Amino acid sequence: MDTFEILVALIKVVAVFVAVILAVMVMTLAERRVAGFIQYRHGPNRVGPWGFLQPVADGIKFLLKEDIIPANVNLPIYLLAPAITMIPALTTFAVIPFGAPLEVAGRTVQLQVANINIGLLYILALTSVGVYGLVLAGWSSGSKYPLLGGLRSSAQLISYELAMGLAIIGVVMVSGGLTFNEIIAHQQATSWNFWKQPIAALVFLVAMYAETNRLPFDLTEAEQELVGGYHTEYSSFKFAMFFLSEYANMVTASAFMVCLFFGGWDIPFVDETQMGAWGVVLSVLVFIAKIGFFLFLYIWVRWTFPRFRYDQLMRLGWKVLLPLGLVNIFLVGLWMALKV
Amino acid sequence: MTAILFYIFATFLLAASLFVVLNRNPIYSVVALVFAFMNLAAMYFLLEAYFIGILQVLVYAGAIMVLFLFVVMLLNVQPDQPRPGLIHFDRWWYGLMGLIFVGLFLVLIGEGARLLLTSPAGEAVQIGGVDSVGEALFTHFLLPFEIASLLLTVALVGTVFLAKRRV
Amino acid sequence: MATVVKTYEPKFWDRFYLPAIVQGLVITLGRFLKRKDTVLYPEKKHVPPPGYRGLHRLNKHDDGRIKCVACEMCQTACPAHCIDIEPSIAPWEEGEERYPVKFEIDLLRCIYCGFCEIACPKDAIELTEIYDFAAYTRDDLVIEMEGLLKVFDITKDGNVYDRQNRGESIELPVTR
Repeated sequence: MDTFEILVALIKVVAVFVAVILAVMVMTLAERRVAGFIQYRHGPNRVGPWGFLQPVADGIKFLLKEDIIPANVNLPIYLLAPAITMIPALTTFAVIPFGAPLEVAGRTVQLQVANINIGLLYILALTSVGVYGLVLAGWSSGSKYPLLGGLRSSAQLISYELAMGLAIIGVVMVSGGLTFNEIIAHQQATSWNFWKQPIAALVFLVAMYAETNRLPFDLTEAEQELVGGYHTEYSSFKFAMFFLSEYANMVTASAFMVCLFFGGWDIPFVDETQMGAWGVVLSVLVFIAKIGFFLFLYIWVRWTFPRFRYDQLMRLGWKVLLPLGLVNIFLVGLWMALKV
Repeated sequence: MTAILFYIFATFLLAASLFVVLNRNPIYSVVALVFAFMNLAAMYFLLEAYFIGILQVLVYAGAIMVLFLFVVMLLNVQPDQPRPGLIHFDRWWYGLMGLIFVGLFLVLIGEGARLLLTSPAGEAVQIGGVDSVGEALFTHFLLPFEIASLLLTVALVGTVFLAKRRV
Repeated sequence: MATVVKTYEPKFWDRFYLPAIVQGLVITLGRFLKRKDTVLYPEKKHVPPPGYRGLHRLNKHDDGRIKCVACEMCQTACPAHCIDIEPSIAPWEEGEERYPVKFEIDLLRCIYCGFCEIACPKDAIELTEIYDFAAYTRDDLVIEMEGLLKVFDITKDGNVYDRQNRGESIELPVTR
């Protein structure tokens, strides 16, 4: 490992980190503005042009607010929980390639922080660790509503992780690799996985919403029943950490979806290898646009549909999505067997 | 570099495991056990067995320990109070268990040492990948694998049966 | 009369939920793209419908004399007792013999019922469309006769808010 590689790695780490944080900031604003638009309102548009400085104002507010620690919390775990939630949320993006390989000074630089040979499983593993943050936050708060929220979230995440995994298996089967680069290369060589496996894409999309605790599956923080769910007793910046990780998870999940089913940074109908550095820039922009669509879809769905009831959620997860995922695997296997 | 990292992770692993056994609050034990699994996964990574390492996190730390936590939280297990005067039967029982454990441990260490001494160096490099694990599971160990899955199915059916009867 | 009960029978496609979900998304997307109902207040002002009862005004004759004859009908009609009038003999030769030397309305007491408007035999007091008056002290919200006459001056040429939205700058007598 020479200086060049270390420098490139550092730049990539910082760039991805900043990009994710920026995306989170834009999302917090976009959430409220889109919500307003859907409800014939304008949303926050006063701080800066089109309200773009609103997230900054919110951040300052979070930093300066009083940090209340309720009397009967379990302090070590209460303090640990936001960190456990936040760290996986911010590190999962590391394995996602965000652009075509770039040629710099005669070397090829992969636009990806870490190219490990089990990239998909890495994301699944880290998201499953993130569950602890929610459960422990709920338990350590020493209050009934957070406890209920924490229990709900753990049950929900475990249930939907299965459906998500099954949806991914179909993709892994056709592309024959567990890294994002292989999956994207396969999609570039043939066509997007969405056209080949719409069932898997649908199952993944639904599971993605449940995994990130977003409406219509936000039972962990169902305001009407649970006050605020697992983060009811958190205030100030600890609450901000939960908030941040929720949005970071959404960004990562959208990127995951794009990589698996929509060709990652692949530009449809254009061969970016002919365009040199501009092709790389274009591929990054296309990737951002695709993620942006799914982030918009997140918000769009949130302000369209009501929340599921808990038994409906479990029924959908176990009795609909799981069999659908299995059917998809069967179909893909059949197709592969017939093709050979 | 690898050696330094190994010692760091090993220290954490041992400390976390000891904490699991020695402290009296079940929730702390669960959290410490998760941490121990993480360090174990890191050690698999050091051996370049990425697949096994990530499975360690995904299955043990991610899924099974969440269920542990679930149970501990649902049953609302209180921190264990030190009890004066253990019953003698218990003491004998614990002693026997400890002896069996130590015996197993010694056998394992002996086996490990034998493997280390007899097998040529550099052979076991690409053993923890997806390919090698999958191949081993579906060729050499196919029967045990299928039997294990059958066992799990039986357990699942049994659980559903028991739970359904009570409703 | 028999009631026809319509039962909901899900059709084949309804069981997949997807058509309904897409329908819902289309509806919200339509709303997303439509014009917004919210009025961006300080830049653009809401124009109240005709008949809105806001800030009071005291009308004047064409020659600038006050129409009010200080009969105190409005004061009597007022359920909130917010009007305070002091009558006096009019200084002018022609026309009415009485006029008010003091005409105060406590805008914080007023309930904007419009009874004063109805009670007035001379059509001298009227409620206008002005709603955005505010002040820093309670005393500032007791409007006096000059103020009420000034309100007449700014409201006599059409709706104040329509004109403000068109870019005309109009200063309200009470605000700040």
